Amino acid sequence: MKELMLGNKAFARGLYEAGLSVASSYPGTPSTEVTEEAAKYDEIYCEWAPNEKVAMEVAFGASLAGKRSFCAMKHVGLNVAADPLFTISYTGVNAGMIICVADDAGMHSSQNEQDSRHYAIAAKVPMLEPSDSAEALEFAKRAYEISEEYDTPVFIKMCTRVAHSQSLVETSERVLPERKPYEKNIGKYVMMPGNAKRRHPVVEERTRKLIELAETSDLNRVEWGDKKLGIITSSTSYQYAKEVFGEGASILKLGLINPLPEKLIKDFASEVETLVVIEELDPIIENHCKALGLTVKGKDTFPLIDEFSQSLIAEKLGVEAKPACGAIEGLPVRPPVMCAGCPHRGMFYTLNKNKCTVMGDIGCYTLGAVAPLSAIDVTACMGASISSIHGFNKALGEESEGKTVAVIGDSTFMHSGMTGLANVAYNQSNSTVIILDNSITGMTGHQQNPTTGYNIKGDPAGKINLEALCRSMGFNRVRVVDPYDLKAADEAVKEELSAQEPSVIISRRPCALLKYVKHKPALIVDRDKCKSCRACMRLGCPAISFKEGKAHVDATLCVGCGVCKQLCAFDALKEQEEVNE
Amino acid sequence: MTTNVMIVGVGGQGSLLASKLLGHVVLSKGYDVKVSEVHGMSQRGGSVVTYVRFGDKVYSPVIDKGEADYIISFETLEAARYLPFLKPGGKVIVNAQEIDPMPVITGAAEYPEGLVDKMKEAGADVDAMDALGLASKAGSSKATNIVLMGRFSNYFKDITKEEWLKAIEECVPQKFLELNLKAFELGRSE
Repeated sequence: MKELMLGNKAFARGLYEAGLSVASSYPGTPSTEVTEEAAKYDEIYCEWAPNEKVAMEVAFGASLAGKRSFCAMKHVGLNVAADPLFTISYTGVNAGMIICVADDAGMHSSQNEQDSRHYAIAAKVPMLEPSDSAEALEFAKRAYEISEEYDTPVFIKMCTRVAHSQSLVETSERVLPERKPYEKNIGKYVMMPGNAKRRHPVVEERTRKLIELAETSDLNRVEWGDKKLGIITSSTSYQYAKEVFGEGASILKLGLINPLPEKLIKDFASEVETLVVIEELDPIIENHCKALGLTVKGKDTFPLIDEFSQSLIAEKLGVEAKPACGAIEGLPVRPPVMCAGCPHRGMFYTLNKNKCTVMGDIGCYTLGAVAPLSAIDVTACMGASISSIHGFNKALGEESEGKTVAVIGDSTFMHSGMTGLANVAYNQSNSTVIILDNSITGMTGHQQNPTTGYNIKGDPAGKINLEALCRSMGFNRVRVVDPYDLKAADEAVKEELSAQEPSVIISRRPCALLKYVKHKPALIVDRDKCKSCRACMRLGCPAISFKEGKAHVDATLCVGCGVCKQLCAFDALKEQEEVNE
Repeated sequence: MTTNVMIVGVGGQGSLLASKLLGHVVLSKGYDVKVSEVHGMSQRGGSVVTYVRFGDKVYSPVIDKGEADYIISFETLEAARYLPFLKPGGKVIVNAQEIDPMPVITGAAEYPEGLVDKMKEAGADVDAMDALGLASKAGSSKATNIVLMGRFSNYFKDITKEEWLKAIEECVPQKFLELNLKAFELGRSE
């Protein structure tokens, strides 16, 4: 029976059916659900690792031990895991090992739009790229076979539209392969120069054999149609091309995208009149074709930027656009915002009020940069807040120390904030670091982390104590504050900024969306008392707006956090209980 | 022939359940189906869109400009925003709720007036309804999604009422079933 299944869930199903035993990942959109879904199978050990480098090394260890393993990350997570990647390519594996990397062309939920295929090429690791849920399931199985036959980790590259689209799949039973015994092999696994020198030729020979696989494998297939137009494509771009052309073009659909075939492409090119490569982001297949001496349309026709769609492909290849309803001009945009009741809001309000320079980090709280809070100056990558405030303060000294803070979430701090904090402690900059501890990994949809006390299955687990950790690094000034209490937050920020030594403020309150967080009834506006001063509007809370000249609270959004109430000088914002009295 | 349904709204309004229900019901009719969702940052109160496509064979998971047969919107401004995706004469089912986006809250922009008329002028067949009110009447504002699907079921005749009710039973947790069945009825009959 066919089921409608999310790409990431189908991928997890494929891993399960192929006998995956150990999975370790760090959440990151659009990769997160693969590991979440795998964790629903009791036969698979799954965990959230503190970061992607750890996750990849865990998967490597499990593979070495003889069990099929897996790790998943988003494109930028692969930057973090790049260190083990390049050398695991040399050592090879024992049991099969799959690395899922999920790209986010269009940056639905990312800070850049990098193309992960470059890593496959650079690390000389094969990469498969499914175009729908059925292929995600199937390719997981194929990837393990390739991994074991060719002694290499194997990438499966997802993208937002494959990861987060549901399409039909057929499932089958789990087949657990026999455990491969671990055998000590210093020459293969200990990558010191002499051994690595002997392993590098093995890698190059492996790539040569993988090219042979690419020539003949059914992972790459030709769908003959009209031969006037020949399209080479993969992933979701294949779906768009089929949508536009159907049988009206011939398509070479690539499932194994590193290494790329040579003869297959040349033969295909020789049969068609015009050759076009349709690929999102960088011209990797196109440049390969050009290196083969082929004349091909690619990035001269299609953009390097953003995700594609069927209408984009139609337009660029001269197919008439479909008639549509007209656009209505002048509509205000609706960017994402911090939720009503978000505990980060109180802290960002405080930082804005104190005119702080704020080194930001990656998470929901990046939205603190949005007006009216506008309380983040920089966001680059995981952990950069703490490392960069140290550099900022070393460069400017007292000029910045008294007004600059770093903000970083609890999960991001565990991911790569600790090393930056060690640098502050060691090289002693007078920096103020605020850990925004909402007791969960929020942005990616509530994953547990080493500070929450629960594991991926929601069972009790080890719990790292942030206060004790910071103190043990040598911070004398570590304090906890409730960001719903604006007065306390203001005091904490002022005092720690004026202190003459590095300090950590833990701004602690659980994410308002967590199921165990009890919400209070929505606040009520006393319209007679409201003087229309708009002080409450400075919070940028989506539940508060102005209707007919007075503050208005949307009762469907308000969770009764009461932060706005603290800003009202006229006592116009009332809690339900006060009204009842 | 592919039918294209867009479900749009503000992050957190419950569009994922609506698309789950629609995907489930059309699958049971033997169609090829693709559903494309939005996860991650855009969910945080931003403009969100889910695409549901079904027919004999569906390739692209997304719906593009001029392709939607139906837009089901949880919010008025969001219906207007996605109008260029609608085929001329296509149907818009919109919950007449207005949620101010942040530029309106901060005073940088105003919530546009007369959007329903503007949508009609732009070539859409608009059914604006108080789905939120009906959901509250059914027992919870959270059932707005099912009220809207109830209304959609009036227009999309390929699926019988019994098939819809069965799909709701299969998609909704038992403790919310009665509420959602009531919400569906209210959306369908009002």
